[in-house]
Amino acid sequence: MAEQGSPVRVTYDYVTRTIARTLGTPSRGYFLLLGAAVALLGVGIITLLFLLRYGLGLAGYSHPVYWAVFITCFVFWVGIAHSGTLISAILFLFRSGWRTAVYRTAEAMTVFAVMTAGLFPLIHIGRQWYFYWLIPYPNERGLWPNFKSPLIWDEFAIGTYFTVSTLFLIMGLIPDIAAVRDLATGWRKKLYALTSIGWTGSNEQWRHYTRGYLYLAALATPLVLSVHSVVSWDFAMALVPGWHATIFAPYFVAGAIYSGCGMVITLLTPIRKIFGLEEIITVKHFENLAKLCLLTGSIVGYAYACEYFMAWYSGNPTERAAFWYRAFGPYWWATWTMIICNGFLPLLLWFKKIRTNITALFVISIFVNIGMWFERYVIIVVSLAGEPYEPWANAVYNPTWADWGIMAGSFGWFFMWFLLFVKNFPAVSISEVKEVLAPPRGKASKAHV
Amino acid sequence: MALPLPKPLNDLFNPPPTPGVLAVFPYLDATIDAIKKLRGAGHTDFTVYSPIPRHEIEDALGQAVSPVRMFTLVGGIAGCSIGAWLTLWMSADWPIVVGGKPVGSIPPYVVIMFEMTILFGALSTILGILFNTMFAARRAGTILYDPRFTNDRFGIFVPAGSDKVAKVESLLRDAGAEEVRRG
Repeated sequence: MAEQGSPVRVTYDYVTRTIARTLGTPSRGYFLLLGAAVALLGVGIITLLFLLRYGLGLAGYSHPVYWAVFITCFVFWVGIAHSGTLISAILFLFRSGWRTAVYRTAEAMTVFAVMTAGLFPLIHIGRQWYFYWLIPYPNERGLWPNFKSPLIWDEFAIGTYFTVSTLFLIMGLIPDIAAVRDLATGWRKKLYALTSIGWTGSNEQWRHYTRGYLYLAALATPLVLSVHSVVSWDFAMALVPGWHATIFAPYFVAGAIYSGCGMVITLLTPIRKIFGLEEIITVKHFENLAKLCLLTGSIVGYAYACEYFMAWYSGNPTERAAFWYRAFGPYWWATWTMIICNGFLPLLLWFKKIRTNITALFVISIFVNIGMWFERYVIIVVSLAGEPYEPWANAVYNPTWADWGIMAGSFGWFFMWFLLFVKNFPAVSISEVKEVLAPPRGKASKAHV
Repeated sequence: MALPLPKPLNDLFNPPPTPGVLAVFPYLDATIDAIKKLRGAGHTDFTVYSPIPRHEIEDALGQAVSPVRMFTLVGGIAGCSIGAWLTLWMSADWPIVVGGKPVGSIPPYVVIMFEMTILFGALSTILGILFNTMFAARRAGTILYDPRFTNDRFGIFVPAGSDKVAKVESLLRDAGAEEVRRG
């Protein structure tokens, strides 16, 4: 794991102690960050109270733009979630050893990002207390949900994704919680004794656990590909030019993984520094994440090119008008931000010098996040605002303070959970990092007897 | 890790202690040696502790494949069927024609069936892991454990009555145990 020539010998004991050390008493900086996250969440809650009192008009909703920043943020956060499952499940099936050091962080990010994403449809429906109408339950009118609607598919997809990714995260945590339980003292010992549910690492436990984990990974793999496909069908099933395209499912999945890898880099850079995990999360890991970004970013860039090519090649005047409006209409700045950040920026990652420079990667990852947020904004808002079927209704929509307030709240909510997680549970997998090390070997020695 | 629990739960999760010998090993290959020797001497019901799953240990123990896979399969099939039933029965219960499509149209329902397959498959996999490990723990009884087993040591616990303890102890020491204790 360690860089060649590194003075530290990475042994099992070193791994356990280094990762367990991250759970010590938090520093003042940690509390400052946590305070900032909670303050942002407070902004979101206050904004939500205003929305409840005065209605969704506060968020700038008006004909024809009824899906705006809230749905943009929903797709953005679901997308962020995807790379976590890619790293934890798909790369697990591919047996790629480098995932072990980064997958826990990515997986926790997945769970918290889906939790964040799930808030947006609720905020968007305006009357949150009626959310249970989405659930098929026997009601007094004998009505059932319309299963032909992509919105219901989405509810099932996101519900399943949240449940399965949470279970997958908890499953992976159990042996590691047991490892920190055996080192901890005080209240932490009690917490970990309870949450490790009796893990001892016995052969029977490993036997059922490793099999079960394999099947969970095998189930999570098609799930993660399906979730963003279903999210994309929320749009692709509609007849709006700019939405109604068969390319949407793979295009969204690639974009999701691209943005998620960006977010993993954004989160890992400070964690590695603050917790002193340089020997465990090495430059190699960052380089591999950058390669994933390069691959998926190139797919996204190719999808942009395809969309424009098809708009022109189809000869369909409404399709052409929609895409002309995108690039040269009043929202040109959003479209070009997206094209530059997602289509051209990842090309920098062809250079090994940039891929192995963590500062450069951190900066690029932030632009990846910005670019991917704008991608969803362009697809959702700009397609609706410039709807060429009813040009008389076209309107320039602008997000209001209520949109930004809710969005700030969502970042606060996400980072609050993430910060609480990394300080209370092992943010790097202890047992899986050991799995890629050489096991301690030595001939049976009489000296010990 | 015996937790204080209310009585019925305590009976379930903290089974009665099993007498035997616990050995702590610093090396993986010494552990494998010990497993082979124990099996050679006719022991079958011993427990091996390790900080990580190692296929060498699995091979040496000659364990059968975990029955968790049946839980996954049954859960997945059940989920798929429930998804099909949910969508088709609910559409037929109050038939409304939407978008000129048949009331029970399969292609959109495949999405629900797929998601339910995954959901139920995953949930029953988790139940499978929990049940199987719980039953295994009940069979073994409350046995000795050492906190180093989650860090960097391997361990073997051999259940043995007072007549066999000395023999098992010397076997484990010969295999390279750095520490052996009775309990």
